[in-house]
Amino acid sequence: MSGSVVDNTVSPGNSSVAIPTDISGQILDLDEDDDLEVFSKDTTPTDGSSFNASMQTSPASMINQYKFEEDAEDTKDIFVTVDNPESHVTAIETYITYRVVTKTTRSEFDSSEFEVRRRYQDFLWLKGRLEEAHPTLIVHPLPEKFVVKGMVERFNEDFIETRRRALHRFLNKIAEHPIFSSSEDFKIFLTAPSGELSSHKKQGPGFLSRMGETVKAVAAAVRGVRNRPLEFTEMQEYVEAFSQKISSLDKVTQRIVREQKEYLEEVKESGPAYALWSQSEEELAEPLKNVAGCVDRCCKETEEQVKNLNDHLIPVLHEYVLCTDTLKAVLRRRDNIQADFEAKTEALATKKADRDTESKVLSLAWDSLVGRSPEEVKQQKQQKLKGEINEMRDDLDKAEDRLEWANNALKSDWTRWQKVMRTDLRSAFVDTAERNVSYYEKCLAVWESFLHSQRTDAEGNGNVDFS
Amino acid sequence: MADSGSEDIAVIGNTDLTPSESENNLKNTMVEKGTSLLKKMEISVAEAEKRTGKNAVNMQETYTVYLIETRPVDAASEGNNPVPDSLWRRYSEFELLRNYLLVTYPFVVVPPLPEKRAEFVWHKLSADNMDPDFVERRRVGLENFLLRVASHPALSSDKIFYLFLTEENGWKETVFETGFQAKADSRLKALHATFRVKNPDKRFAEMKHYGDELQAVISQLLRVRARAADRLYGVYKVHGNYGRVFSEWSAIEKEMGDGLQSAGHHMDAYAASVDDILEEEEHYADQLKEYLFYADALRTVCRKHELTQYELEMAVQDLTSKKQQREELATGTIRTFSLKGMTSKLFGQETPEQREAKLKMLETQIEEGEELVKERNSECDEFVKSAWVDIERFKEQKDHDLREALISYAIMQISMCKKGIQVWNNAKECFNKM
Repeated sequence: MSGSVVDNTVSPGNSSVAIPTDISGQILDLDEDDDLEVFSKDTTPTDGSSFNASMQTSPASMINQYKFEEDAEDTKDIFVTVDNPESHVTAIETYITYRVVTKTTRSEFDSSEFEVRRRYQDFLWLKGRLEEAHPTLIVHPLPEKFVVKGMVERFNEDFIETRRRALHRFLNKIAEHPIFSSSEDFKIFLTAPSGELSSHKKQGPGFLSRMGETVKAVAAAVRGVRNRPLEFTEMQEYVEAFSQKISSLDKVTQRIVREQKEYLEEVKESGPAYALWSQSEEELAEPLKNVAGCVDRCCKETEEQVKNLNDHLIPVLHEYVLCTDTLKAVLRRRDNIQADFEAKTEALATKKADRDTESKVLSLAWDSLVGRSPEEVKQQKQQKLKGEINEMRDDLDKAEDRLEWANNALKSDWTRWQKVMRTDLRSAFVDTAERNVSYYEKCLAVWESFLHSQRTDAEGNGNVDFS
Repeated sequence: MADSGSEDIAVIGNTDLTPSESENNLKNTMVEKGTSLLKKMEISVAEAEKRTGKNAVNMQETYTVYLIETRPVDAASEGNNPVPDSLWRRYSEFELLRNYLLVTYPFVVVPPLPEKRAEFVWHKLSADNMDPDFVERRRVGLENFLLRVASHPALSSDKIFYLFLTEENGWKETVFETGFQAKADSRLKALHATFRVKNPDKRFAEMKHYGDELQAVISQLLRVRARAADRLYGVYKVHGNYGRVFSEWSAIEKEMGDGLQSAGHHMDAYAASVDDILEEEEHYADQLKEYLFYADALRTVCRKHELTQYELEMAVQDLTSKKQQREELATGTIRTFSLKGMTSKLFGQETPEQREAKLKMLETQIEEGEELVKERNSECDEFVKSAWVDIERFKEQKDHDLREALISYAIMQISMCKKGIQVWNNAKECFNKM
C-alpha cells in the first residue's frame, strides 16, 4: 500500500516533487511493511527538499504539509484525458475499456506521455487504494456501476459517454489534488501496461488485514466518540443539510427533464398539423407551411436543450450527491480514529490505576502456595505492569498522532473541497443558464424570420398591420 | 335612430322579395359598405353578470347575462359622451338570434357563436361555465359575433338583429312571430338531399369538402395545443422548486449564499411567467375556434345548395315523368313498365272518356310542373349566385384573419422567448456571484 504525503511548497521553476514518505502505511497497517518496501523503491530523494523521513512522526511538521497552495493553472504539470471507449469480448465477459492519456513534465514519471487502456474496475481499484491510504481525505466519487432507474444498459452509447465524462472528471480531480496526484498507485494507474497493473493490483493489502481494519472500524463505531470537536460536528451538520439540498436539486432537474420530454412529445405533433392544413389552403398555404417549419425547428432546439441538461448539469449534480456519501464516510472514519484514541486513553488510565492498587495488595495466599516470596511476586507483577503500561503509552502516542494527523488532513481537505465544490456547481449552473439563453435566442430568431417573411409578403400585397 | 333605419331594414329581411330584387339589394349592400350597421353605431358587450331565476320548469337556476351597449357613432364624435343604450341578454338569446339568421339568410356563412361549453381545455382551465375566465372569454366571443354580424353586408340591416341590440323586452316574441322556425329545413330533409343530389355545383362540393378538412385540421391543432400547454405549464412550474431549494441551500452557505438566493428569485419569476404566456395562447386558441365553427357554417351553406339543387332535380324529374305519361297516354304505347300498363293488360283498356279526363289532368299538372321547375331553377340560380358571393367574401375574411392570427402567434412566441432570455441572463449573473 502506498499512499503518499507531500510537501507542497513547490517553487515555480522546480517541478519535482519532494520525497514521498509513507506514513499512513506505518500507522494503519503495521503488518504491511514488506509491501511498503516494494513501492517506495521508486521514490528517489531529491535535493532541495527540507522534508525527510525523520520528521515523519512529528505532528507539527505534518501540519505544515497541509498548507495546500492553490494550484494555479499555469503551474499545472499533468494533463489527463479519458476517451475512446472500446468494447472487448472474451469468453467469460464483455467489457468496455477507455483510453487514458497522460501528458506530464513531472520528473518522477519516466517519460512525458503515456497512453494506457483501463476498465471501470481499474478505476474502482484506484479509488479504493486512495481511500485506504488517506481515510480522512475526500476522494471524488466515481460514476455508479450501472443505473437501474434510468433503464440504461451497460453498453448503451449515451451511458458509455456519460460514464467516460465522469471518469475523465474523476482522474482530473485526482490529478489536481495535492496529495493524491503524487500517489504511487495513481502513477501506476496512469502509466503501467495492463499486465503490470494486474500484478500490482494483486499485491494489495491481503484479505486478513482488510478484515482487521473493518473489525477495528466497527468496534470504534460501536464505542462512539465522546468529545468531538465542535468544528467536526458543524461539518457533519453541514454535510447533512448539503446532502438534502443537492439531492433535491438532482431530483428537480431530473423532473424538469421528464416534463420537457413530455412537452416535446406533444408539441412534435403541431408541425405536421400545420403542414397538413396548408395543403387545404391557397393563400394561407405559405404562411402555414412556414409556421410548420418554425414549430419543427423549435422542437429540435428543445431536444438539444433537454440533451444538454442530461449531459452537463445532471451528471455534476449527481456527482455531488455521491460526494455527500464520501463526506459522511470520511467524517465517520475520523470519528473512529478519535474513538480509538479515547478508548486507548481510557485503557491506559485503567491500567495505571490497576498498577497503583496492585502495589498495595499483597496476595500472599496464592503466591505462598506456589512457593514464591512475596517480594519476588510483587516485583514480577510490577515489571509486567510496567511493560504493559509502556506499550500502551506508545500505542496511545501513536493513536494521538494519528488523530491529530487525521484531523488536520480533514480540515485542510475540507476547505479545499468546499472551494472545488463551489467552482464546480457555479460553473455548472452558469453553463446551464447560458445554454437556456442560447435556446431562447435560437427560437426567437426562428419566429422573427417568420414575421419578416410575412412582412415582406404583406408589403408586397399592400396590407400591413403588425400592431 | 330606430326610425331612420327601419325602411332600409325591412327590405332585406323580407322573404317575399323576388329573386332579382334581393340580388340587387345584395349587390348594393356589398358595394355601399357605408350602410353596414357598424358605420352608424358602436356596439360592445361590456360586462357579464350572474343572475338567478326560475326557469321553465319552475326550478332555480343560475345563469350569466351579458350587457350589450350601443351608441351612435356620430354622438361620440361631437364631443359629448352620451350614456350608451344598454340591455342584458343571455347566451340562449344569442343562440335564438343566430338560428333566426341561419334560416332567414341561408346563402350567408353566418358568423358563429363562442362555444357553449369549454372544449379543448387543459388542466388549469376548468370546464365549468361559471368559471370567470371562461365567462370573460365568452364575453369577448359574443362581442366579436355581434361585430361580425353588424359588419356583414346582408346581415347588418336585419330588423330582428337591430331589435336584438335595442329592444330588451318582447324581442323573443317578435322573433317567433316571424315564423322563421317553420321555414327551417328539417335535418332529415337536408341529409336526404345530400345523399341523393345528382348534379351539385362543383364549387360547392369542393367548399363542403374544404369545410370538412378545415374542421378536422383545426380540431387536431387545438387538441395538440391543449396537451402541449399542459406540459409546458409543468416545465415552468417545476423550476419554482429550484427557487425553493436555492433559498434553503443559501442558508447553509457563506460565500455562495447571496448568489443562490437571488438566483432563486429569478427561478420563481420564471415559474410564474407561464400563467401570462398561456393566457395569451388561449386567445390564439379562441381565434382558431372561431374558424372551427365557421367551417360548420360554411358546410351549412353548401348543404342548403344541395337541398335547393335536389329540389330542382326532383321537380325536373317529376315533370319529365308526367310528360312521359302524357305521351304514353296520347300514343297508346307503353314504353316503360307502369302500373297503368299492367292494369290495362289485366283489366282492359280504358274508355276514351277516361283517357280524355286523364290527359287533361296531366296537362294541368305539366303546366304547374313547368312553373315549379322554372321557379326552382331560378331559386337555385339565385342561391348559387348570392351564396357564392358570400363564400368569396368569407374566404377573403378567413385568409386575412387567420394570417393575422398566425402572425400574432409568432409575436407571442417571440415575447415568450424574450422573457426567457431575460430571466436566464439574470439568473446567470446571480450564479456568477455564487
